[in-house]
Amino acid sequence: MSVLAIAFYLLATVTVFSGAMVILSKNPVHSVLFLILAFFNAAGLFVLMGAEFLAMLLVVVYVGAVAVLFLFVVMMLDVDFVKLRKGFASYLPIGGVVGTFLLVELVLIVNAVATRGAAAGKGPKVYGPEMSNIEDIGRVLYTDYVYLFQAAGLVLLVSMIGAIVLTLQHRTHVKRQDIHEQTTRRRKDAVKIVSVKSGEGIQIPEDINK
Amino acid sequence: MTEPSFWAGPIGWTILASLQALAVIMGVMVSLAFLLWGDRKVWAGVQMRKGPNVVGPFGLFQSFADFFKFLFKEVIIPAGADKPVFLLAPLLTFILAFMSWAVIPFAPGWVGSDINVGILYLFAISSLGVYGIIMGGWASNSKYPFLGGLRSAAQMVSYEVSLGFIIITVVLLAGSMNLTEIVDAQGAGFWNWNFLGGGGLLGLGIIKLPIMFGMMIMFYISALAETNRPPFDLPEAESELVAGYQVEYSSTPYLLFMIGEYANIVLMCAMITLLFFGGWHSPIPMDSFVAPGTIWFNLISLGWFVLKVVFWFIMFAIAKAIVPRYRYDQLMRLGWKIFLPTSLGAVVLIAAYRVFGGDF
Repeated sequence: MSVLAIAFYLLATVTVFSGAMVILSKNPVHSVLFLILAFFNAAGLFVLMGAEFLAMLLVVVYVGAVAVLFLFVVMMLDVDFVKLRKGFASYLPIGGVVGTFLLVELVLIVNAVATRGAAAGKGPKVYGPEMSNIEDIGRVLYTDYVYLFQAAGLVLLVSMIGAIVLTLQHRTHVKRQDIHEQTTRRRKDAVKIVSVKSGEGIQIPEDINK
Repeated sequence: MTEPSFWAGPIGWTILASLQALAVIMGVMVSLAFLLWGDRKVWAGVQMRKGPNVVGPFGLFQSFADFFKFLFKEVIIPAGADKPVFLLAPLLTFILAFMSWAVIPFAPGWVGSDINVGILYLFAISSLGVYGIIMGGWASNSKYPFLGGLRSAAQMVSYEVSLGFIIITVVLLAGSMNLTEIVDAQGAGFWNWNFLGGGGLLGLGIIKLPIMFGMMIMFYISALAETNRPPFDLPEAESELVAGYQVEYSSTPYLLFMIGEYANIVLMCAMITLLFFGGWHSPIPMDSFVAPGTIWFNLISLGWFVLKVVFWFIMFAIAKAIVPRYRYDQLMRLGWKIFLPTSLGAVVLIAAYRVFGGDF
């Protein structure tokens, strides 16, 4: 068995195992950690296929950013483990249906790839054998599929703005920090020297806190 | 080679690669010991103290004494801790810190693995460093470590973004993600180094000079934040969080955290050197003094590389000594509202220069 095959079976086994552990482990934080392990091993599989750019992107985007936020949220949730496992039986049918659909789709896709796609010997579009796959992907994205690529970017932009709109609310009667105001504040705006006559005191102006 | 030698076969290759990795790891570990000493000396110097000066000449062996002290102490695991994750966290920090060194080119041809996506690999591995801290903070099952872990998650993810954009400006200038090619694009004199715009400054190219100089400074500051160094050491913040994610750690696990952290700092210094300071190239081309390709040329190149890394490490140490800690909201504001738009603008400008500047 070649080194490549050993590496493939090792990575594939760990991927499948950690995928299973994502749903089997009792602690949700452990689930997320196994999910991260699965991502990482999938990146390893990409490297084996010669798609090192995609592998690195998978690690940077999914493992380095998305999963961190997952972990962040899951850690902060106050999860009752006993309660969490209670609803297992009632969710089983709907989960089963979704799982079956996914399985059927996976089989269809794998079948299509095997008969018509890369596995049928047609191979991916290659601009030049001397190019690294970063350049290949760049050429494809920015020439053939430039409109779709830009559209995907727009969709992301819209979803980002949507998230901001949903969460940002300007409540009244809340003091907000204004960095510009703070850093441009000078002594003469804030301090006033008053000579107070003995026994009289002074009237504090109304807008002292402004 | 006349016949396929033993060293070209799979077993020989594995032995050679392991030896290379071992050499790099040992080299980094030993230099870390002295850099840590230097860090403490710089810090002491700024505060007009003597710093470590007892163990060995000038206290040079202080780090080794500390090392053995940590090793021989008892490992304490809190009762409510999640034991596997608790122990995995420092290991992860340690391993990831040394994984990155595989792609660092130390001298012409002296690189563990010369992969095409070298800089992306470095970026990916350094972005994983956050897991050691979050896992350690969570698994300790204690409030201060958890707060430290959460802070570090937000902080490191934020600064990664601007770090990524800064790296893209360098990649655009060099036209490659291979670290060796990035360094080679900065050859022939310090005026070709990326922090001065990477050469070709005549005419329109002059706009690269201020942009890349600013990018270097921003990379330095982002690197401070990414490695949780003061003034951005909020995950530890000993005045607010005791010691943040490290509170419950003792003995060897703590040592692993410590070594991992310093290895990451030195890695960031190496990255600035490679990306902006010409890597192993000498400031004045030395081809006419030493023939390129000889062992002496490589050794002198390695010397230049180490010298630049040490220079940046001293910059890190000085920042630790003289800059007060940032407040958390100031840190986030700096990351998202200043660094992110600025670096994004720099990417746009450099890309526009590459397309319309016409110097290639």
